[in-house]
Amino acid sequence: MSTTAVTQAAAVTLAGVSKVYGRGSSAVRALDQVSLTAQPGEFTCLIGASGCGKSTLLSLVAGLDAPTSGDITVHGRVALMFQEPGLFPWLTASANVELALRARKVPRAERKARAAELLDTVRLGGFAAKRPHELSGGMRQRVALARALAQEADVLLMDEPFGALDAMTRDLLHDELDRVRIRVGRRLTILFVTHNVREAVRLGDRVVLLSSRPGRVIEDYLVPIERPRRMDTAQVAELAAEITGRLREEVGRHGS
Amino acid sequence: MAADTTLAGLDALDLGPAPRRADAGERARRVWAALWPKLAAVALVWVVWELVHLTGWKKWVLPGPGVTLTNLWEQAKTGLLWHAAGDTLLRAVLGYALAVVIGTVIGLLVARIPPLRAAVGSLITGMQTLPSAAWIPFAIILFSLSTSTILFIIVMASAPAIANGVIAGVDYIPPLLLKAGKVIGLRGLSLTWHLIVPAALPTFMASLKQAWAFTWHALLTAELLVLVAGVPSIGQLFAADQDQTDMPSTIAVMIVILVLGILADAAFGVANNAIRKRWGLT
Repeated sequence: MSTTAVTQAAAVTLAGVSKVYGRGSSAVRALDQVSLTAQPGEFTCLIGASGCGKSTLLSLVAGLDAPTSGDITVHGRVALMFQEPGLFPWLTASANVELALRARKVPRAERKARAAELLDTVRLGGFAAKRPHELSGGMRQRVALARALAQEADVLLMDEPFGALDAMTRDLLHDELDRVRIRVGRRLTILFVTHNVREAVRLGDRVVLLSSRPGRVIEDYLVPIERPRRMDTAQVAELAAEITGRLREEVGRHGS
Repeated sequence: MAADTTLAGLDALDLGPAPRRADAGERARRVWAALWPKLAAVALVWVVWELVHLTGWKKWVLPGPGVTLTNLWEQAKTGLLWHAAGDTLLRAVLGYALAVVIGTVIGLLVARIPPLRAAVGSLITGMQTLPSAAWIPFAIILFSLSTSTILFIIVMASAPAIANGVIAGVDYIPPLLLKAGKVIGLRGLSLTWHLIVPAALPTFMASLKQAWAFTWHALLTAELLVLVAGVPSIGQLFAADQDQTDMPSTIAVMIVILVLGILADAAFGVANNAIRKRWGLT
């Protein structure tokens, strides 16, 4: 991967990105000089304590907000998933996915079949006609994933997507995400924000540790553990412990 | 493979068993449970009315329920009452439909364009408090005595309530849904049509019902004062009954109006429940 990555254009590049909210004495610096590169197909986990600007960073990459200074370059289309599924409650699972296809100008005739295919990808083929309130939290999040995939994005931004789920569902969705990544076939670049260090180590090719107030990159770990991985293995625990130690050090800085 | 079956198993557990369908007996029980309080209320009104009649209070002008209902039955047989009720309802539906279209468009524009909101937002609320009768002279001068006059008065009375309802509905859309809509790439008209309108609907439903009440009030006020030649209407029946001090007929027509109002309310109730069910709010 490293040899091709050098010659290829990066999927996402942040160069000296800062974001300040407010003005004057009430100004809050959410991100400070963040530089980060994600190669095509790379799975990058962003981790940090509260106030590290993780969500701000994703909003900037998604183009929902503009940086105060610095440059952001994204190659290809971007999709974004939140902690809440954000599905439209008046539409069925299938119609939710179809609306994303429609927004992408997919012809009407193809939408239904394509939506069914995407729901199959997240293994919800039998639930196309259900409305969000009829599904469990994990299933809704999978519909949201299908909707994000419908955008045919090259870069998928995930903002604590499994943060609100119980441990068992989250474990299974980690496996799902691995499987879906392989199944979509194209090089899907993922930026994944989480509070959970083990989750980050379980999923990421890289784990980027951010400082808090303002958010800065303080460490960039490569995860050398072979896939398939599991949360409860010694290797994952070991690296997670190392990162957690560093994270605690950083959080402690704010208490003294 | 193990993960496959675990996930499928979790999905099945999360959903629980399929809801049982109500059988005929249970449905009948439900209908009865909803119906009997209404029937009891009608019976109560009848009894009180009969008692007031028996005390002899305003005996010469206040007829008893028996006389009134006989009168209603006689009127129903002539066909004039049906014709009049039909014309009035047609005006109500036309005027209301116009008000919904105009009010919705204005409401969406005002809700989505901040300068417009600053300019006319309070004007809309002001217009809502204006009694519909206040529009009558203006409308008659503008359209003379015609159906257009009546429709105009209805629209002026109801459209502000609709517009205000749309604005409130848009304001109460959860920000997450708006963000999700933008993220999947909905913009401009498709954002409005596929997201703003359906997302605002639950809040908007209350205003639709309120606007129907405004329509109905404005319509009867207008019909009493704007008599269009050749078109019998409820208001016209009222005017004739008043001229002849025909109290049983007057009350009979009032009952018809009340029944129409109750039916409309039931229709709104059904629509509202359908939306709540769709959203999972029940």
